[in-house]
Amino acid sequence: MNISVAIDSVPQDALPSASEAGPAPKRIVVAYGFWIFLLSDIVMFSALFASYAVLVHHTAGGPTGAQLFNQGTVAIETACLLVSSYTCGLMSLAINSRRYLRTYLGALITFALGAAFLTLEIREFASMIAIGATPERSAFLSAFFTLVGCHGLHVTLGLIWLAVMMLQVAVMGFDATVQRRLLCFSLFWHALDIVWVGLFTVVYLMGVSP
Amino acid sequence: MNLLGKLTWSAIPFNQPIVMGATGFMVLVVVAVVGWVLLKGYLPYLWREWLTSVDHKRIGVMYCILALVMMLRGFSDAIMMRAQQAVAAGGAQGYLPPEHFDQIFSAHGTIMIFFMAMPFVVGVMNFAVPLQLGIRDVAFPTLNSVSFWLTASGALLINVSLAVGEFSKAGWWGYPPLSELQYSPGVGVDYYLWSLQISGLGTLLAGINFVTTILKMRAPGMSYMRMPVFCWTSLATNLLIVAAFPVLTAVLAMLLLDRYLGFHFFTNDAGGNQMLYANLFWVWGHPEVYILVLPAFGIFSEVIATFSGKPLFGYRSMVAATMAICILSFLVWLHHFFTMGASANVNGFFGVMSMIIALPTGAKVFNWLFTMYGGRVRFSVPVLWSIGFMITFVIGGMTGVLQAVPPADFQLHNSVFLIAHFHNVIIGGVVFGLMAGYNYWFPKAFGFALDERWGKASFWCWFIGFYLAFMPLYLVGLMGMTRRLQHYDNPAWQPWLIVAMVGAVVILGGIVCQVVQLVVSIRARKKLRVTGDPWNGRTLEWATASPPPAWNFAVQPRVSGRDALWSSKQRALATKDEPPARVYEPIEMPKNSATGFVTAFFAVVIGFAMIWHIWWMAGLGVFGAFVTLLAFAFRRRSEIEVPAEQIARFDRAYQAGAAV
Repeated sequence: MNISVAIDSVPQDALPSASEAGPAPKRIVVAYGFWIFLLSDIVMFSALFASYAVLVHHTAGGPTGAQLFNQGTVAIETACLLVSSYTCGLMSLAINSRRYLRTYLGALITFALGAAFLTLEIREFASMIAIGATPERSAFLSAFFTLVGCHGLHVTLGLIWLAVMMLQVAVMGFDATVQRRLLCFSLFWHALDIVWVGLFTVVYLMGVSP
Repeated sequence: MNLLGKLTWSAIPFNQPIVMGATGFMVLVVVAVVGWVLLKGYLPYLWREWLTSVDHKRIGVMYCILALVMMLRGFSDAIMMRAQQAVAAGGAQGYLPPEHFDQIFSAHGTIMIFFMAMPFVVGVMNFAVPLQLGIRDVAFPTLNSVSFWLTASGALLINVSLAVGEFSKAGWWGYPPLSELQYSPGVGVDYYLWSLQISGLGTLLAGINFVTTILKMRAPGMSYMRMPVFCWTSLATNLLIVAAFPVLTAVLAMLLLDRYLGFHFFTNDAGGNQMLYANLFWVWGHPEVYILVLPAFGIFSEVIATFSGKPLFGYRSMVAATMAICILSFLVWLHHFFTMGASANVNGFFGVMSMIIALPTGAKVFNWLFTMYGGRVRFSVPVLWSIGFMITFVIGGMTGVLQAVPPADFQLHNSVFLIAHFHNVIIGGVVFGLMAGYNYWFPKAFGFALDERWGKASFWCWFIGFYLAFMPLYLVGLMGMTRRLQHYDNPAWQPWLIVAMVGAVVILGGIVCQVVQLVVSIRARKKLRVTGDPWNGRTLEWATASPPPAWNFAVQPRVSGRDALWSSKQRALATKDEPPARVYEPIEMPKNSATGFVTAFFAVVIGFAMIWHIWWMAGLGVFGAFVTLLAFAFRRRSEIEVPAEQIARFDRAYQAGAAV
């Protein structure tokens, strides 16, 4: 007997529809709630994106994006973040199969790549501030530092979260709570990637295109 | 460097007798309440059962208490403004100096929207939604407690601003450039910004919690189209919270950056754009209107169906109208500033969208009317509020549609006609709805009903007082009076403003009646004791004891249709069968947690330190909040098991009592 026949033989009214099944298991509830949080976070970014789009030409005689942005650095930053998402995915696989060493290794590489991204970003900011392109210079730079800085702040919080989670794995093992939190972390980390893709396009690519 | 930042003794306004009087009164009340709690030895009880509770019902009640207390504060501001405008005509300056008057109208709007209407709405949802869905608690109980305490922190900061420093003079929406450092160098705008950021975070977390609860946690059998309408409107409201509040957070953060770090988002110089603030603010602000009023619509739907003894007319159209409003509310924000100078096409689009919102809202009004038609309506207090709402809200809606016409709005913009309009919909819609809900669910929350006579007296005072207070404002608005006038020179306005003042006094009478109603009801609670189902209800919250036990339902309810309780009562009447013996099982309940309270403590520390530029203290606050989070993350047990015998004992006693 093949499987599709087995499913067909169940009378239709015996299967309650998903919306009538009662409270969902905790793992689903937690992940779902975190998705909703991520959506709200993306809405916040959209407000920052909109402000940037409004103010991008308000340079008040100061430097423009084309004069400031260094494509090389941004390319390396992007590579760091995208690869860190891949290693974060590897970490998730290791968590599912409950392998400590691979989990720690995945977390370590993810952390290192995130930290590298952050270092490059801070250096970019520092070099801009050094030549007087500070957020106080113009509305464009205010919007730039806020949008990119807010993403950077999220990456920083993500790194702290990752470190705490590894501590939790070490202390509490792979219990259900820790697994749910790691699931949320990986959702968060991938979402930061998506935001960065938008940011890379809107700020850096469109910023240097004529 | 000063260790206390900008904070000195001169921050306390000793030279202003009115402020010091209000401050003294506030301090006296707080000392009296705290002293009473300590002397009577209630503190351990309060800590165990309320402050650290993660029970959605307790949190809901605390939200409502916060809202009622803040309503007294916001109303004092209102009546002071009405008194000022009643006397400050011609050459007279009234009794409030301009800088104080400016703080009062800013505080009134901020408090009434963020710390009265919002907590009340969230409180009622907290209390009723899980019960109506037939579940034990919300999706994230501890987060729920954090949400409440963050809201309370924001409210505390607003109240501190009365005594230490000053409040914003830039209106409840704080438009730049007035709210920028250049024109508002004091701490007032900072109080405004930080209290809204803190409470806004709380509201966002509550929104996430409720969307998840409603979409993922319903009782078995409760499909979407079987949910009570209040759950639908709560879902719409919380979707709006999740989609709108982050924008408020972002725009207030930009203003904070302007004020603290010299950014140029909204400044006059260096390319700042003030209309960017107005746009972003109202991208949040207009959905906020529906965040407040949709749950009120839900309350009316429950009240009218229950007290008419009929199922709600047009359930599906009600759901469709709710979701239509939910989406349309994001397409109308520009009608708050048609005068910005956008093109005729842009203004036309937003004008038409604003008018379209009247369609689903109108459908709702007809649904309520048709529900009552042919029913046996019991004219209890909640029904009076509902009927008062229908009349008042329709008038407010019509003046709204009038202002949705851009050329008309160019005349009415910034006039007190607008003030009359939005009080017409917010008092007539939100406040009346919340009062209906308060009277409707109070017996469920406490096990005794509210006194009917004082409740009716309160309704009539509010209803008549509202018309006296705001209809004159439509008139003086058409006569050209702009909003926020500390004094004015046109003597023709004064008689109408005196009538408005009288209206405010009549509303005060309504508030006094409410306080008396509460006191009288508490004293007569033995006589007003009710069973689980005092109103012959239709939805699941009436299927359990009043007040419900911590676990809400002894046995998980199963739902097979709309109006779940009503249909099971009808079935029981029809078959006359003994219900099968209940099988009790142990229930896992979330453990109490001090996380919310402690987080809020550090939130107040951070907010206060940032307002006064006490950087080391802000750093300590952030560190404390982080440690609190860690402590929560590493706690071992998050749930306790209630044994089956305990549940069985409670339920058998309740069933025996309910049968009598």
